[in-house]
Amino acid sequence: MTGRDSTDSRDTGFNDGELDHRLASVWSTPPGLWGALSSVDHKIIGRRYISTAFVFLALGGLLALLMRLQLAQPEARFIGPDRYNQIFTVHGTNMMFLFAVPVMQAMAVYLVPLMVGTRNIAFPRLNAFSYWMYLAGGLLLWIAFVLDTGPDIGWFAYVPLSGPQYAAGKRADIWAQMITFTEVSALAVAVEIVVTVFKQRAPGMSLDRIPLFVWSMLVTSFLVILAMPAIMIASTSLILDRLVETHLFNPAEGGDVLLWQHLFWFFGHPEVYIIFLPAVGMVSTIVATFTRRPVFGYLAMVMALIATGVLAFGLWVHHMFVAGLPRLGESFFTASSMAIAVPAGLQIFCWLATMWAGKPIFKTPFLFVIGFMVTFVVGGLTGVMVASVPFDTQVHDTYFVVAHFHYVLVGGAVFPLLGAIYYWFPKLTGRMMSETVGRWVFGLIFAGFNLTFFPMHILGLRGMPRRVYTYQPEMPWSALNLFISLSASILALGFLLFFIDVIRSARSGAAASSNPWGASTLEWATSSPPPPYNFARLPVIGSLEALSDQSTALPVATGLRVDRRELLVSSVVEAIPEARESSAGDSIWPLWAALATTATLIWSIFTPWAVVWGSIPVAIALIGWFWPKGVPEDES
Amino acid sequence: MRVASALLISAVASGCSGNQSALDPHGAPAIHMEHLIIGIVAICTVIWVVVMVMLGVALLRGPRAAADTAKSEAWLAMTVVAAVAATVIIIAGLTIASFYTTRDIGVPKSDALTITVRGQQWWWQVFYAGADATPGFQTANEIHIPIGTDVHLRLESADVIHSFWVPSLAGKQDLVPGRSNSMLLRAEKPGVYRGQCAEFCGLQHSHMAIMVVAEAPADYDRWAASQRGDATMPADPDAAAGRGAFLAKPCAACHTIRGTAANGTTGPDLTHIGSRLTIAAGLAETTRGSLAAWIADPQTLKPGNNMPMVPLTSAELQNISAYMESLK
Amino acid sequence: MKDSATLDLTDLPSHGLGTASVSWWGTLAFMLIEGTGFALSIVVYLYLMSLAPHWPLDAAPPDLLAGTILTALLIASLVPNIFLARWARSQDLLKVRIGLIVMSLLGMAPLILRVFEFPAMHIKWDQNAYGSIVWVMLGLHTTHILTDLVETLVLTCLMFSRHGDNARRYGDVSDNTMYWNFVVATWLPMYACLYWVPRL
Repeated sequence: MTGRDSTDSRDTGFNDGELDHRLASVWSTPPGLWGALSSVDHKIIGRRYISTAFVFLALGGLLALLMRLQLAQPEARFIGPDRYNQIFTVHGTNMMFLFAVPVMQAMAVYLVPLMVGTRNIAFPRLNAFSYWMYLAGGLLLWIAFVLDTGPDIGWFAYVPLSGPQYAAGKRADIWAQMITFTEVSALAVAVEIVVTVFKQRAPGMSLDRIPLFVWSMLVTSFLVILAMPAIMIASTSLILDRLVETHLFNPAEGGDVLLWQHLFWFFGHPEVYIIFLPAVGMVSTIVATFTRRPVFGYLAMVMALIATGVLAFGLWVHHMFVAGLPRLGESFFTASSMAIAVPAGLQIFCWLATMWAGKPIFKTPFLFVIGFMVTFVVGGLTGVMVASVPFDTQVHDTYFVVAHFHYVLVGGAVFPLLGAIYYWFPKLTGRMMSETVGRWVFGLIFAGFNLTFFPMHILGLRGMPRRVYTYQPEMPWSALNLFISLSASILALGFLLFFIDVIRSARSGAAASSNPWGASTLEWATSSPPPPYNFARLPVIGSLEALSDQSTALPVATGLRVDRRELLVSSVVEAIPEARESSAGDSIWPLWAALATTATLIWSIFTPWAVVWGSIPVAIALIGWFWPKGVPEDES
Repeated sequence: MRVASALLISAVASGCSGNQSALDPHGAPAIHMEHLIIGIVAICTVIWVVVMVMLGVALLRGPRAAADTAKSEAWLAMTVVAAVAATVIIIAGLTIASFYTTRDIGVPKSDALTITVRGQQWWWQVFYAGADATPGFQTANEIHIPIGTDVHLRLESADVIHSFWVPSLAGKQDLVPGRSNSMLLRAEKPGVYRGQCAEFCGLQHSHMAIMVVAEAPADYDRWAASQRGDATMPADPDAAAGRGAFLAKPCAACHTIRGTAANGTTGPDLTHIGSRLTIAAGLAETTRGSLAAWIADPQTLKPGNNMPMVPLTSAELQNISAYMESLK
Repeated sequence: MKDSATLDLTDLPSHGLGTASVSWWGTLAFMLIEGTGFALSIVVYLYLMSLAPHWPLDAAPPDLLAGTILTALLIASLVPNIFLARWARSQDLLKVRIGLIVMSLLGMAPLILRVFEFPAMHIKWDQNAYGSIVWVMLGLHTTHILTDLVETLVLTCLMFSRHGDNARRYGDVSDNTMYWNFVVATWLPMYACLYWVPRL
């Protein structure tokens, strides 16, 4: 079959300038709205994904400020209970499902193909589809909130409060269906990343040469694949209970309310690691670059990632220590929850060893890593505390836990993420962010965060429950609450400055070279931002530190076609080239498919028949998507 | 920053005098828990400080070797292995300490005084079981227990999940619809211990407090005897008029007052409401004024709660409040 | 940084087959997702059973006839499915076309039997939790038969079109046969759970 290719369609026959021109004409996204809507370039979709996630972060942050305004003084009448319940539900739901998980996956959508040295993500059209689904789910939640029909049942949506009897109207259904949108999107991206990492690595990038960030995203993607079906089953069952009167969670008819909690937390605990493990990858990458040496204990780090991923599925019951389960079973979960501190500790010690042996350079990304170490260790240690059943029965559902998980999620994941934005911004936009502003951003966010959340530990121990829209003046909590609310404004100021810096730098920041930090992973081997085809010639990998020896030329592979989107498929373990494979071209069909799916899912909140009728346009859109169009990419 | 730390210190210090605090324990389970909490927090604080010192030294230490040597890498590997080993040992120790505390807290014995608590949106219904000769009785938002005795709480829910939590006496336990949970409650010395619902349960989750009144056994017996009795006919003419108004208005459709025709069951039993410390689940002290304010407009004081505003003339309102106050 | 060509890929095939195909791995990943869903539905069934005072709740055990015939049919369908996979591998257009038509029919037949399975459960979804989980499990599996059938029908049309004789299409057919194996394999524990567990 290879005989059909004429030799002049191969990259061997061109000089560099001509090759770039040829590749650009095949890989570029056409200008204009239609081009933007049809694009399947992982960099365009990745940037879109990241920007959208940060918009949701800002919106969720505004909700947090509203809550702090209401809680600044006892029995405040600024926000009523109905609105407050919507606010904290949308805050949590938004931060978990629309910010934290998507932003980590979005970073991977942008970075993983570059870091493994390929030209696009696997299943690029599915990637476009997953972004549209994510956007639709986010709009559903926020439009509902603006219309005062936002969910008010908590991000955990415990039955029966979320069930047909106690949650009238469509608020709970909107929550449950929003889950479907974001999970479809998250699962699709997870599949893309797994296949990209397994099959599209540059020749020679054997398993022991995969960058740690890519490893972390691989483990994360498997967690998504194994954990998210549980929440899909749970949210679908909730919709069924509410819409067609099934009784899965109704104790009067043989159902069980704790079944919801089991399903929710079987997903919900791995969810924490779905957010945290990518951050581990980011920290490892930044530490290596800014200490000028490889991360200490590569194999140990990979093993710790995998061990964390496995243990993540054995902890869910520690969210249910006060639900009345048998004490013996609970003790098992105390042990397993404590045990996860071992791989986490191993990672911390490996980073410390790296810093010890390296030569630290205190640039903004590295400052965020230091901030991460300080705060995440607090969050990890309070995690050890809540793993103990007796300890947990006192602090469960109090502000202690609010403090704990913000230390883990903000300290453990958002700090590394902000560091990662400063670090990869040149690769994302071709421009540098301001180092001076970056220091201020770090200082404000680090101080604001700790002043806001540390006192919450004390509030919790002193009896203040979570999810309260107010508290009574006779309780001794007013002073600390006011202090927290004031501190939150410092945190907010830090984020405001960050967003200003991002927008300013994207427009007029200093131009970035291809490798401004002197890093050693593959994404820095191409220009900033990379061309549509990522690499004019695919790199060939000979060591873990792909770019460490910069004196010699980068070894590359040749022989790919330039008259169609072509990339390389390689073997799973050794990354030995197996085939030159085509990569799908731009298409509007993923958008149509997402719109048809969106209409079906929203309609199905109101009637089960929507699934029957809605499946017709969905099927049409999918056929349009997959039907061959006679383009070179379809040749084999 | 100094102001902030001063505020923090004062906040921590005043925590020891609060009446709804895990750090101010007055019952055996809460005391065991406080020991565990302080122990684990102390150990974790030490660990944090050690890690931070290591971080500081790693970042700021003086001149470094020009290149990594095999010797220094081996030394680092040893250190990391030792740190992981230390983690394992500490984790194992904390797990064992946690097991022992769980065992010390124990479970209620079958012969203990048993009180059934049913969670409702947004109040606590409390049942004291009767015996052969003595009838049982109901109260709301207030539990009396004798000191120095294990009390067995049976926890149930009438609607959604609630969580019973009186931190100065014990940890929390959920009230789950379709299930019955148990917990041990015990107070060592007399006092009023406040608690509140800890599981999000809807609009008025914030205003769902409960008072545990621990008293000497003789006081407890006196209290129980008076609660067993029916409501008495008020002597005060205003209160007597209030009784009539109460029975004539829709109030009686939701509330029970034993000894009268009022036998509604959706709202709290009011037979001895005047004897309780607070009304509306800890919202306000029981006074004639607070009762009047509550009855006049329950939706403003506790928006979304299930008590409707019943139109009353100001005389009726005064009289019903007087009657409620008289129900000692 | 200067490039230096060290590897020539010219002679590689321009489409990967089997484990060298990304869509093969994608299918596998989606099977893992859906397999987890099936497993969880069985766990929910057993969980509800463990709480119930008696099982099935207020219903007789399901009638075996329709479900057992369907199970036998699904197992029998594996034979032509395996042949179809083999023909796709050898890129034999005529046989693949025949095989796809056969598999389309074998995708429809279980749907007809499924219609009789629901009443054989002796309970509706809205009667109690037993009825709910039974209908959810049957519904979940029916959706998979249905989606695979639609995919098979579209592939059949495709193989009769000018796009048919292409290694890429044979790969699609091959992935489709793998997915049908999965639909059959997941049914077996579901069948045991729905029909035989209530008789234990």
